[in-house]
Amino acid sequence: MSFDLNFIGILIGAIMASSVPLILAASGELITERSGVLNLGVEGMMIIGAISGFALMVVTDNLFFAVVGSMLSGLIISLIFGLLTQSLLTNHVATGLALTIFGIGMSAMIGKNFVGIPGKEFPLLFVNLKESIPFLGPVFFGHSIILYFAFGLPFFTNYFLKKTKTGLIIRAVGDSPTSASNQGINVTLVRYSCILYGGAMCGLAGAYLSLIYTPQWIENMTGGRGWIALALVVFATWSPIKVLIGALIFGGITILQLHMQAVGLRIPVQLLSALPYIMTIIVLVVISRDSRKIKLNTPTSLGQIFYKEK
Amino acid sequence: MIKVEKRSDVSRSIYFLTPVLAIFLTLFGGGIIFFILGFNPIEALKFFFITPISDLYGLSELLVKATPLCLIAIGLSFCFKSNNWNIGAEGQLIFGGIVGGGVALLFYNHDGFYVLPIIILSGAIGGMLFAMIPAILKTYFNTNEILVSLMLVYVAKLLLDYLVVGPWSNPEGFNFPETRQFSESARMPILFDGLRIHAGIFITLITVFLSWLILYKTYLGFQIKVSGLSLKTAKYAGFKGKTMIIIVFMISGACAGLAGVGEITGPIGQLHRNISPDYGFTAIIVAFLGRLNPIGIIFASLIVALTYLGAETAQIFLQVPKYTGQVFQGMILFFLLGSDYLLFFKIKFLGLKKNEL
Repeated sequence: MSFDLNFIGILIGAIMASSVPLILAASGELITERSGVLNLGVEGMMIIGAISGFALMVVTDNLFFAVVGSMLSGLIISLIFGLLTQSLLTNHVATGLALTIFGIGMSAMIGKNFVGIPGKEFPLLFVNLKESIPFLGPVFFGHSIILYFAFGLPFFTNYFLKKTKTGLIIRAVGDSPTSASNQGINVTLVRYSCILYGGAMCGLAGAYLSLIYTPQWIENMTGGRGWIALALVVFATWSPIKVLIGALIFGGITILQLHMQAVGLRIPVQLLSALPYIMTIIVLVVISRDSRKIKLNTPTSLGQIFYKEK
Repeated sequence: MIKVEKRSDVSRSIYFLTPVLAIFLTLFGGGIIFFILGFNPIEALKFFFITPISDLYGLSELLVKATPLCLIAIGLSFCFKSNNWNIGAEGQLIFGGIVGGGVALLFYNHDGFYVLPIIILSGAIGGMLFAMIPAILKTYFNTNEILVSLMLVYVAKLLLDYLVVGPWSNPEGFNFPETRQFSESARMPILFDGLRIHAGIFITLITVFLSWLILYKTYLGFQIKVSGLSLKTAKYAGFKGKTMIIIVFMISGACAGLAGVGEITGPIGQLHRNISPDYGFTAIIVAFLGRLNPIGIIFASLIVALTYLGAETAQIFLQVPKYTGQVFQGMILFFLLGSDYLLFFKIKFLGLKKNEL
């Protein structure tokens, strides 16, 4: 019995690990969207973070540089998006798509020399506790520091948005940029900051994939997680805590389908692999059906261009 | 000193000149990237943009790649003009390919002039039905069409994978993930011996003409344009928004489906895992670069098709990955969107005034 419990614990730990990139990317994007900016470049920023993290790990042999570098590169590439949408007032949707296409291409270009290189072992915390406590051990211990950070992030984001002045300013900018601007808030600056923060978090999400989750570089290794993260923000109706729950559900589906594949059920592998995407659509439909609920929480100016006449 | 001023009206010449500017900026940006990678930028750009089309075969290849790109982009222009963000054309292409390919396999033992038209038609219907999923979910359940259409791309890819590995795989194919080669009467006629350019180009050209007719000469086209400019006006005018959304998605899905069926009956000749090098996504760039205008899209498709060929040539001569093409495509769109700033704002270079010194 205790063995079974332990197995369930390991399963939960695996689900948590697979939800980390989604939590990080979606929490970052949530802040960006709360300021009224729709950045569809999540997938592109994640993949850039994945390759830069991995490349820096190989070149410097230092995981700290790799992680920080991945965040910086996510931030730098999101700066392109910021420049275009905020300073040159381009359409958010089109610019975000361009960012994703560019990011995937760029990552493959950089990553050419890093294909097939084995990753380095990322230090896991409290490994002895994981092994000595049944069930709770594998759930709570033996994870990387990024996982603990990711699980704290939604709570911090929630507090930040609701209880701090900066959070209030971000929400004000997202809901009514004109009145925020009249109050003397620099809307463009706030939006730039939120875009860069989102970029850094997506970069970190990518690095989690290439450094910890599947420690190697594979072209296109984000495999649509960026888009699922975007969908998560909608499911969560822009609430950070619900992002966490949504990400866990998705992590659960991913791990479940992997296990079903391993057990060798007579269900086509491809159908199982398609489950996360199909589930995304179903959940989106269920959540969006009630248009009032969506409207209540959507940042009012989401995706709209703000221009202040000088 | 530089002063930025808002333009009172959008100049038409600048509207069509900024794409040209964007292309030059992309070449410049590409040169810088090649330089950073340690290549002679002029040489590298020559390999990328001149070498591939310096012979007849290259020109034919350019048209082979432009054919699906133009077709998909034309369809997308209906969606984008009316503010519907169908970004899942890749999935609609694949699904069209699956349906068309399935019919082609069904007619494996048939010969006759009727086989190819049936395949083409079923491919178009396949793409159309697949595009109706995000459209219906958007209109009746208020679901975000960007996310749904995109998720369906992954679903279509996995479905194709399942079919070519499993039930549709070639019984004599030693378990390769591919179907039988289609019969001769299921293939697009080749236009010139020794070249790959095929009759699909006529489908594209006819579609361009038809969409020009619909967009500029019909009530539907008028509705699409008005809805794109102002949703409020469209509502006020009493347009049936839901019907229009579904129609534009059907049109773009059918175009993507046609592109898919054109690929599998044209250059490919069977179904396998990779029937499209992301044509559906790249066509988004084509649509924007062509200013959502049928004629503009023709030119844009040729330019973007060149980035595909260039990436292939550069892969051989410079050993850079084929994804370099995507870097160029992303840059084109960045620069294009950025230079749109010139549409709405005038930049004036004023001399320094005395009192400012």
